[in-house]
Amino acid sequence: MAAAIGRRPGEPRRVAYLYILPAVLVFGLFILFPLIRTAQFSLYEWNGLGASSWAGFQNYRDVFTEPQLRGAFVHALVLVVFYAVVPVLLGLLLAATMSRAVLRGLGFFRVVLFLPQVIPMVVVAIAWRQIYEPNGPLNDLLRSVGLGALARPWLGDYTWALPSVGIVGTWVGTGLCLVLFLAGMSRIPRELYEAARLDGAGPFREFRAITLPSLRGELAVALTLTVIAALKTFDLVYVMTSGGPGTETTVPSYQVYNNAFLLGRVGTATALAIVLTLVVFVATVLINRVGERGQR
Amino acid sequence: MRLSISRTTGLCAAAAVALLIGACAPGDDGDDGGDGASGEPTAGDVATDPSELGDVTLTVWDQEVREGQTEQIEALNTAFQEAYPNITIERVSRSTDDLRTTLRLALSGDDAPDVVQANNGRPEMGQYVAAGLLTPLDDYADGYGWFDRFPESVRALASYSEDGATYGEGDLYGLPQMGEIVGLYYSKSKLAALGLEPPQTTDDFVAALQAAQAAGEVPIQFGNSDPFAGIHEFGFVQNQFSDAETIRNLGFGRPGSSWTSDDNVAAAQAMSDWVDAGYFADGFNGVDYDTAWQAFAQGTGVFFVGGTWLVADLTSAMGDDVGFVLPPAGASGEHLVTGGISIPWAIPANSDAKEAAAAYIDFITSSDAMTAVTEAGNLPVIEAEQQTTTGLQSEVFAAWAQAGQDDLIVPYLDYATETFFDTITVAVQNLMGGQSDPQQFLDTLEADYAAATGS
Repeated sequence: MAAAIGRRPGEPRRVAYLYILPAVLVFGLFILFPLIRTAQFSLYEWNGLGASSWAGFQNYRDVFTEPQLRGAFVHALVLVVFYAVVPVLLGLLLAATMSRAVLRGLGFFRVVLFLPQVIPMVVVAIAWRQIYEPNGPLNDLLRSVGLGALARPWLGDYTWALPSVGIVGTWVGTGLCLVLFLAGMSRIPRELYEAARLDGAGPFREFRAITLPSLRGELAVALTLTVIAALKTFDLVYVMTSGGPGTETTVPSYQVYNNAFLLGRVGTATALAIVLTLVVFVATVLINRVGERGQR
Repeated sequence: MRLSISRTTGLCAAAAVALLIGACAPGDDGDDGGDGASGEPTAGDVATDPSELGDVTLTVWDQEVREGQTEQIEALNTAFQEAYPNITIERVSRSTDDLRTTLRLALSGDDAPDVVQANNGRPEMGQYVAAGLLTPLDDYADGYGWFDRFPESVRALASYSEDGATYGEGDLYGLPQMGEIVGLYYSKSKLAALGLEPPQTTDDFVAALQAAQAAGEVPIQFGNSDPFAGIHEFGFVQNQFSDAETIRNLGFGRPGSSWTSDDNVAAAQAMSDWVDAGYFADGFNGVDYDTAWQAFAQGTGVFFVGGTWLVADLTSAMGDDVGFVLPPAGASGEHLVTGGISIPWAIPANSDAKEAAAAYIDFITSSDAMTAVTEAGNLPVIEAEQQTTTGLQSEVFAAWAQAGQDDLIVPYLDYATETFFDTITVAVQNLMGGQSDPQQFLDTLEADYAAATGS
């Protein structure tokens, strides 16, 4: 009896820690240790090769004061619109339409819209780079319908390069959102809609009063995934524009790579990486806060 | 019980963090620095007979991925292994960009490759030398007679002082296989249709551009979405306006010149004017390099500014229709041309097979190797005049010979400082995209140059 009193029910015994030890070790070795080292590097000025010198918080100051580095974050924010906001809105619209209308071959459309998700981003980037070329299909199309004045070298255009990259993100992200929302909608009890209809609600009212609130969880997941994808964009930019023209399409991840491996500014690169990690972390927490609040 | 567990865990975590943070600063860990010196041979005891080295595995990292280059390096590797069966070559081949990004980490590791291609400018070789990661080759050069084989102008392009601060003199850190210059390719049929000769002066060139434009042709084929292309294009224009001394000072990052001098202003202005006049292919900032030269090869464009590494590809695509000349002479008065050597072969300080590595480098830069390079359609860095060539290759060899005799070769502009590649590629895109004027363009370059040279 005495032994049982010493430990409240449900309280883990010491041996339990042994079971999670392997996971903790792997986590520590491959995530925690690199993270801490990264944080450490960010306090030094180091070219990645020779000796380093203590820099304190100078690298962080650079991240916020150097126009090129600051600009990268502004570009990332623009990409959030294309990667997250637009796909979520489009996904909602498509899902609402698809779940209401009796469409023949619905599965086919679902697959087509989800397909971009499973293609490697580098392949996506190369394909879209060709689409955007001055003599590529997009411009050919514009010319053939008499909109030749709009044709331009999309990825080399100072105004259009960033939106052009963003639209690829929209193309990729929409399918994910759609599939998530369709799954969520299929979960909503039909009775709710019947009740609403009896109360005289139209399609729009139904959507706002029933569908949208029920999808809060899926919305949070979709936003989390797409916002993170937007903030950590690298592959599209690396393959499609190398950050150009000029620095119009640089993003934080690209600058991390550029500074660490090409410019030999490991300190700046790691400081940038830490700031990016924090931004992603805060964004995720905020989105999930909002998502959870509605569910209570 | 609960308390003690969480306290121990907490203490452990705190200790771990403290240990990690307190661990040696980045770059100080390990024993780099000392290794390079101890591994150096002393003059006289270099073994120049690789067959006496015993069984060796030689890891070689190269960037010879273009058609003609793969061909010649594979042929040479096979020949080397046949000659020295005791040495096994493990070839790791990557594109220039990929090699560049992975090399930094590989060189500083204990298990470094034995031979690498390291680009000779300050952004790469200069940094490696400063960090003591490359082996000085002077003693091998003595043993193998490289000082006689390679003229000083070639060796200087891969020479640094021991601290990496001075470029162009000091110890030798690499040997190239190929020469390269960025000249003017033109379509013979198109130029003939316009009734023009290959341009000899900037005035000729501008007249040809105007004639081409009037005839509805694309005057200069160009793609600038791969950033490096802009360096070649601006260098081509600058060569016509500035003198060799100015460009060399700027390119090697020596104090004493200025990007904002009148000749550079004229060059930047000309480049900007040519864009405004529509002499470059439409939408060049959105076209990549390979697309551009392929468009030229397929008949779009009268001129293409490009390096001699395209000779094999352009010959097979265009046959006899393609010609090559040095850049026109303008205010500079000479046919100055950007170029020098292909990416040199170097030996990492952490290599454990330096003798075999030196033997390999000797083998792939020998007279026989130069013939192999020529046969694969490329330009050998030495003994080009002893090779038999036809067509485009012979025009390129003639231009190379003239550039050598008249001392016309000026360095790539991105050699200048550790960050100049980034600075100038962005600046050229902005200038040619109309986002900055010539003065802003030059001020940007001047700021980087002045910060690095302290002038």
